[in-house]
Amino acid sequence: MTAEAIDQTRPLPIVIVGHVDHGKSTLIGRLLHETDSLPDGKVEQIKADSDRRGMPFEWSFVMDALQVERDQGITVDSSQIWFSTTARRYVIIDAPGHKEFLKNMITGAASAEAAVLVIDAEEGVSEQTRRHAFLLNLLGVSQVAVAINKMDLVNNGESRFEEVSIAIRDFLGGIGIEPSAVIPVSARHGGNIAAPGAQTPWYAGPTVAEALDAFVPRAASFDRPLRFLVQDLYKFDERRLIAGRVECGRLKVGDTLRFAPGGASARIASIETWNRDTPQISAAAGQSIAITLDDDIFVERGHVATLRDAPPRETHAVAARLFWLGRTPLAVGDQLKLKIGTSEYTVVLESVQRVIDSQDLHHTEGSQVERNGFADVTFRSRSKIAFDPFAENPATGRAVLVRDYQIVGGCLLEETHTVTAEDRNLTAVSHAVGRDERTRANGHDGAVIWLTGLSGAGKSTLAMALERQLFDRGHLVYVLDGDNVRGGLNGDLGFSAEDRAENIRRVAEAAKLFADAGLVVVTAFISPYRTDRRLAREIVGEGFHEVFVKADLSVCEERDPKGLYTKARAGHIPAFTGVSDPYEEPVEPDLVVDTVERSAEACTADLLRFVEDRIKISGRRAAVP
Amino acid sequence: MKDLDILEMRSVYILREAFRTIPRLAMLWSIGKDSNVMIWLAKKAFLGRVPFPVVHLDTGKEFPETYAFRDRYAAEWDLDLIADACPPIEEVDATLPPATRFAARKTLGVKQAVARYGFDGIIAGIRRDEQSTRAKERVFSPRGETGQWDFRDQPPEFWDHYNVEFPPGTHLRVHPLLHWTEVDIWRYTQRENIPTVPLYFARDGKRYRSLGEEGITFPIDSEATTIDAIIAELSASRAPERAGRAMDHEAEDSFERLRVEGYM
Repeated sequence: MTAEAIDQTRPLPIVIVGHVDHGKSTLIGRLLHETDSLPDGKVEQIKADSDRRGMPFEWSFVMDALQVERDQGITVDSSQIWFSTTARRYVIIDAPGHKEFLKNMITGAASAEAAVLVIDAEEGVSEQTRRHAFLLNLLGVSQVAVAINKMDLVNNGESRFEEVSIAIRDFLGGIGIEPSAVIPVSARHGGNIAAPGAQTPWYAGPTVAEALDAFVPRAASFDRPLRFLVQDLYKFDERRLIAGRVECGRLKVGDTLRFAPGGASARIASIETWNRDTPQISAAAGQSIAITLDDDIFVERGHVATLRDAPPRETHAVAARLFWLGRTPLAVGDQLKLKIGTSEYTVVLESVQRVIDSQDLHHTEGSQVERNGFADVTFRSRSKIAFDPFAENPATGRAVLVRDYQIVGGCLLEETHTVTAEDRNLTAVSHAVGRDERTRANGHDGAVIWLTGLSGAGKSTLAMALERQLFDRGHLVYVLDGDNVRGGLNGDLGFSAEDRAENIRRVAEAAKLFADAGLVVVTAFISPYRTDRRLAREIVGEGFHEVFVKADLSVCEERDPKGLYTKARAGHIPAFTGVSDPYEEPVEPDLVVDTVERSAEACTADLLRFVEDRIKISGRRAAVP
Repeated sequence: MKDLDILEMRSVYILREAFRTIPRLAMLWSIGKDSNVMIWLAKKAFLGRVPFPVVHLDTGKEFPETYAFRDRYAAEWDLDLIADACPPIEEVDATLPPATRFAARKTLGVKQAVARYGFDGIIAGIRRDEQSTRAKERVFSPRGETGQWDFRDQPPEFWDHYNVEFPPGTHLRVHPLLHWTEVDIWRYTQRENIPTVPLYFARDGKRYRSLGEEGITFPIDSEATTIDAIIAELSASRAPERAGRAMDHEAEDSFERLRVEGYM
């Protein structure tokens, strides 16, 4: 192509990432020089600026324009520069490699469609190499070429190149990135940048410039379902204009749009334009337009308009994989703004499922996310959040987080697994066998006997004794207790307040299903918080009976059947109920069994009598004996 | 979409976002090629209107052709024009090199407009490819109480989400042309048939490539009398756009110092 023809192509945005001082800015300076893209006088000016600082010629000064950057030899903020190969035009985005400036790296990298990951041959894969690679994946940049730089410092040795090459391929493989090329380069002296390097005769792959030309530009999302995001409403004259951008899909005059959240519908009467010869009758992904509707329905900024098919999810809770840039950590219970496209929700961080270490990709439990950290979390909002899972629709499947006037993080959205039935638009299907039929067939009603009390109060002992006796008397019965549930169903949960709450919620849901099936379910959990027990009662509904297994803390500590109090007092168990975490006694339990005052046998007998009374046919609402 | 449509749509989105989120908004109009494109894009975004005041920072030293153009198109485009005189040079930091000091009058002009009219947001037509400190700018760039740019700690900005909320006392600069290049501006000017000051076209072998004040802006050698010729000239040239701006070359950091203090 001629220079003029190339000037008329869309420039492909490429970001250069990697660890601090591995030579990103130098690589760009060199690339621009070798492709003859630097303006006249630039090389002389850089030579003068380098001489003044007593430095050897510094290619990085092409991009590092700020005094602080030049004086300290680091890139502070992302920069962009245009250049062309013989194939097409590029915008090269230089991203800082210093951990302190990760927010600037993200600012630059988020608009890229491909990346060059620069690694120092001597130092090898380093902290920010891994963090940047992990971020590229989150930012949706999947095309990556690797430049192993400073090959001159390792005598252009093939074996060192192979070592670093294997290490980075291995790490990238772990996050699902297959590099398009791994190139040995010397940014300072030239070599495999725009021309093959004479110093690396053993290398037969592409140069950096060739690797850039092999990247594929991202296609517009015409073929996804329509997402038209309302940005503003204008009433400059008698028309009510709905201004917004088609994020994906297409629309045309006459289409019926449905606006979420809410679901009001109206037809597109016109697409309004200025300074156009012919009326616009359709629009597609990427276009910012203004439309009028045939009906005066309520529409506001943040609404997502769709065609009848494939509406977005509308739920109170969303799961998210996030990166956090805030100065202070993000903790469970924190309130933030979540912005998806033009819509904005006040959300609370409900839980942290796992904190992800970008260095070794390991997952750990935690209830907060540190600065520059990554985690899988759940957010909850009082209003419904309209979104798409990121994998289905990136434009409405990612969000930024705002706190104290500033963007402090970004996340990719997924459906949460702790949604309510209403969230999922589920309608319970009527069973072919009714609960009353089961009751008649079994000879008793299903029920949930919820035992609560301190560790060592006797919950498990009583539950097992009760199970034996009810079974022997012909009842369908099953015990859910901490040890058998935490081993499987709740194997992913710890002992934080949030995890305890989730533990109780799942147990209550499971117990409800068992009771529905006609079983008497006896649960034996400390369940120390009133709010959690109230939630369990709400989940189970009718047939829930709270039993307080009462014993003083001192007695429980003396019993200490599992040796847990001893460990807790020694500080080996954090958040142990009664020692370092509170136990909230029930206010109005359905039954109290005092295991200090009375023997285990007597307590079991009390419980048996209570349960049989509650589960006998038509005995559901009988009074306590 | 063609590349010019992509550029246009991005600017329209930014302008609409600024208009929606910033209560008292104004656009700087230098009468140059870039800010004429910016006015045009505002008319695209708002269906033929520019729904906020347009501010010309008048140093009294513009070329006569510039003043003539301003007066004609302010009327023709129905602009709500504010053209107050910038504070005199005596009020500018005397340690700055001479041309830089002259240019800094415009910085004071912006501060004066912000103080006088209470603007929360100022739209400016700078581009990343013009100058390497501008290449590090944000689309929505916060300014301190006295208009300074804290380039060491800019907020993150990605996925078309802009930082639009700021503590009281600060204001925002909005840069809807940041992603355009010089050639893009000319190609769009040509496609849309946007009027331009005649000084950009060659007369007697000279033309202005970048238009500033008389005395600190110099023309380049050129035979380009049409936009086509300008585009061809730029594609073949490797001379920097602001080569004719004296203030850029007085010291390595003269432009950075200007921008930190609030220059556009």
